[in-house]
Amino acid sequence: MNYIDSSLKVVGTRPIRPDGVDKVTGRAVFSADTRASGMLWGKIKRSPHAHARIVSIDTSKAEALPGVRAVLTSKDFPVIASEEAFVGEGPMNFRDLSDNVMARNKVLYEGHALAAVAATSQSIADRALELIEVVYEVLPHVIDVEDAMAENAPVLHADMFTAGVNPKPSKASNIAKVVTFKKGDIDAGFAEAEVIVEGSYTTQPVHQAYIEPHACLATYNPDGQITIHASSQGHFMIRAYTAKLLGIDMANIRVNPAEIGGGFGGKTLIYLEPVAVALSRKAGKSVKMQMTREEVFRGSGPTSGATVTVKLGAKKDGTIVAAQQVLKFQAGAYAGSPIGPGCMCGFAMYDLPNVDVVGYDVVSNRPKVAAYRAPGAPISSFAVECAVDDLAVKLGMDPLTLREKNAAKNGTKTHYGPTHTNIGFEQVLAAVKTHPHWSAPLPAGQGRGLAVGFWFNIGGESSATVHINEDGSVMAATGSPDIGGSRASIGMMVAEVLGVPATRVRTIVADTASIGYTFVTGGSRVTFATGMAATQAAEKVVDELKRRAAQTWDIPVDAVEWKDGMAYPAGSNAGAFEPLDLAALALKQAKTGGPINAEVSVNAQGAGAGFGAHICDVEVDKETGRVEIKRYTAIQDVGKAIHPSYVEGQIQGGAAQGIGWALSEEYIYNAKGLMENPGFLDYRCPVASDVPMIEAVLVEVPNPRHPFGARGVGEVPIVPPMAAISNAIRGAIGLRMPDLPMSPPKVRAAIDAAG
Amino acid sequence: MAKQHVTATINGEESEFLCETQQTMLDVLRDVVGLTGSKEGCASGDCGACSILVDGTLVCSCLMLGVEAQGKSITTIEGIAQGDHLHPIQQKFLEHAALQCGFCTPGLIVATKALLDENPNPTETEARYWLAGNLCRCTGYDKVIRAVMDAAAVMRGEAA
Repeated sequence: MNYIDSSLKVVGTRPIRPDGVDKVTGRAVFSADTRASGMLWGKIKRSPHAHARIVSIDTSKAEALPGVRAVLTSKDFPVIASEEAFVGEGPMNFRDLSDNVMARNKVLYEGHALAAVAATSQSIADRALELIEVVYEVLPHVIDVEDAMAENAPVLHADMFTAGVNPKPSKASNIAKVVTFKKGDIDAGFAEAEVIVEGSYTTQPVHQAYIEPHACLATYNPDGQITIHASSQGHFMIRAYTAKLLGIDMANIRVNPAEIGGGFGGKTLIYLEPVAVALSRKAGKSVKMQMTREEVFRGSGPTSGATVTVKLGAKKDGTIVAAQQVLKFQAGAYAGSPIGPGCMCGFAMYDLPNVDVVGYDVVSNRPKVAAYRAPGAPISSFAVECAVDDLAVKLGMDPLTLREKNAAKNGTKTHYGPTHTNIGFEQVLAAVKTHPHWSAPLPAGQGRGLAVGFWFNIGGESSATVHINEDGSVMAATGSPDIGGSRASIGMMVAEVLGVPATRVRTIVADTASIGYTFVTGGSRVTFATGMAATQAAEKVVDELKRRAAQTWDIPVDAVEWKDGMAYPAGSNAGAFEPLDLAALALKQAKTGGPINAEVSVNAQGAGAGFGAHICDVEVDKETGRVEIKRYTAIQDVGKAIHPSYVEGQIQGGAAQGIGWALSEEYIYNAKGLMENPGFLDYRCPVASDVPMIEAVLVEVPNPRHPFGARGVGEVPIVPPMAAISNAIRGAIGLRMPDLPMSPPKVRAAIDAAG
Repeated sequence: MAKQHVTATINGEESEFLCETQQTMLDVLRDVVGLTGSKEGCASGDCGACSILVDGTLVCSCLMLGVEAQGKSITTIEGIAQGDHLHPIQQKFLEHAALQCGFCTPGLIVATKALLDENPNPTETEARYWLAGNLCRCTGYDKVIRAVMDAAAVMRGEAA
């Protein structure tokens, strides 16, 4: 059923979330809060070198330390063949992931795991790590992407031959893959152009920087049954990877989803769980592991740093006739940067006749990158949106007018294949035009920037169940970890279908043994895909409730109507019966056919693409180079906001992460290839005093493929901020800042260089 | 290594615990006392997820030793609500949707309590600087600051 044009009573309101009280009282159980009787503490030994061959590992002294119950290395893990996996977000190779979890022959970055211990206390485990003796043969390392692509660069993987080029190269290199997208005739496009702009841009790797470090608790029973408590964006993902990396049947692993303290894509793959299970198996006890913040920085995430060039050609009237982009993404130590989405998303906002995009996936001696909110798109769009702004300046055209003129519409064929349908980009740009921020006079010394962004959003596999309890209250369960309020939105959709208040539905996240398979919480898919499954489950329950009422009244089921949480006879012909509410029907359940519930699994298609536009005003302190955000407005097509507060929250949070990416966050490496800022003091995420209020403006162009019109909202808002801020800085001081982060030293140096 | 015996008031109740001398107050709360509401986000005093009140002063419990609690009065997130009654700060965090993942929330609520105890009528800027020691990666702080300002108004008796 479709409710887009229905009058809604629950969807679109702002009830308090079902898990709220637990989270404001400290009761919510995150992974690190779980305990098991007699549990041990597991810890990981990590490489101090950027690139080295492991000559030998001697664990005998660690094993002899009293209190140590297990020590392991890669020898305790099965050798895994190279095999592409689509378990988490983005492609992953099982062999690479195994090697990343426990290095086999070489360590490929500082922080690479190579041994682990389990001991009776954290302090004994720490001492045991120091007693593990490793002999390394230190190898030349390479950190930066251009250096890694150079002819004479140290090669990380002897068997890496660039994919996507013909003929296949005969020599191994650090270029894992080349991606190309072409549309039209790029040369003809530039020949036709009257104005051309070009730019080169760099972005730094930034960490997802969830405040909760990775943690898990694993128990291996003597009968081979395994229980894991883990904080992740997908407990089915944890199960699949753990099963594969340890060669265990999935049926023997039950993963309980602990609350997740932020992920942003960074918890769509595994680091600890197979190690904890292997330690538990060896020690015969439960093993708890949690990363330190330093381990999180050195050993997990971040997203790619990159170099990007953009060339645009336009007619004098502003029509863009040619668009070219070259992207070189750091993948970290193993193939698998988000180069594909990077190549797709940069130009997807525009209707362009001639496009040429080339992307390179490049390995270097950094931690393996993980998904981060709209993976790849922010990097690509930063470059494109700076170039579009430069084009506006060169044309003497208003930057909004230039974007309106070239905006993608329904029917626009993208350069990567699909044709845009049911998109709301024009409505977003119209909202920019009418928003008071866009026309507000700019105080002297400030600059205003505009940038737009796109994320395609995904659907995929989800399962949900709806149970009517014996007293008529409602339980909804899904397989999607709740990372930012999805229990609320799922429960609201179920409540709407059942015709009951949101507070009547309790929503939980069920473990891997209690609900059907559900893909990770990522790609902005949960409210869309899991919401679709939950809505359909609720509809099946309503059908069943109508059947029970019909049976009670002894009338045909199509003579029963469901309204406001009750069964009514449909019209006077059906008979005169008092309506039956959920409690009354639940009371009769034993006599009318037993428990009332439904489970629905879907592979949701038709996730509507999302578009956003951000306006930002900045002031630049010319003395220090510090950029202050004075005003920020984020406008986005959200389809239909199920719980508007949490939709706004996604937009505000994404914008703030983008502000950090733009102004302060970066991985800093020294000459030895070691990270120098693995802590929150030196890796500078925005704090409350760094940002202003962020006004989130919800444009609602319903997605017809979702019962309530929802489209994913979580990823788009991190796409525009970097360019919006760079464009605002240009407005303020007349200088283009093409390199992220636009930190005080860089801004000051640019001001000095300009004289 | 001999453990130290410590007596402290925790959330209004006289408490005793044994801890290793090098154990932080955060580890004592979580692993010895069994109060896991205070979170470890960094263990270096940068994120504020472990915020507690020590004799009314806001402290990162990861930067304090358990033995330093001797004779002190400790308030953790578990001690903010009065029985079944949520504190106005907790209530406003819920109403304003000032949390997404909820991991930083205990620390933010404790830090807000310390702010409003000291300054019942903060400006937005004062609230932002006071809470600058509490990292939140989900919300962008907008709804957090609104919740804090609204809670302050309620506690001053100015709003419903």
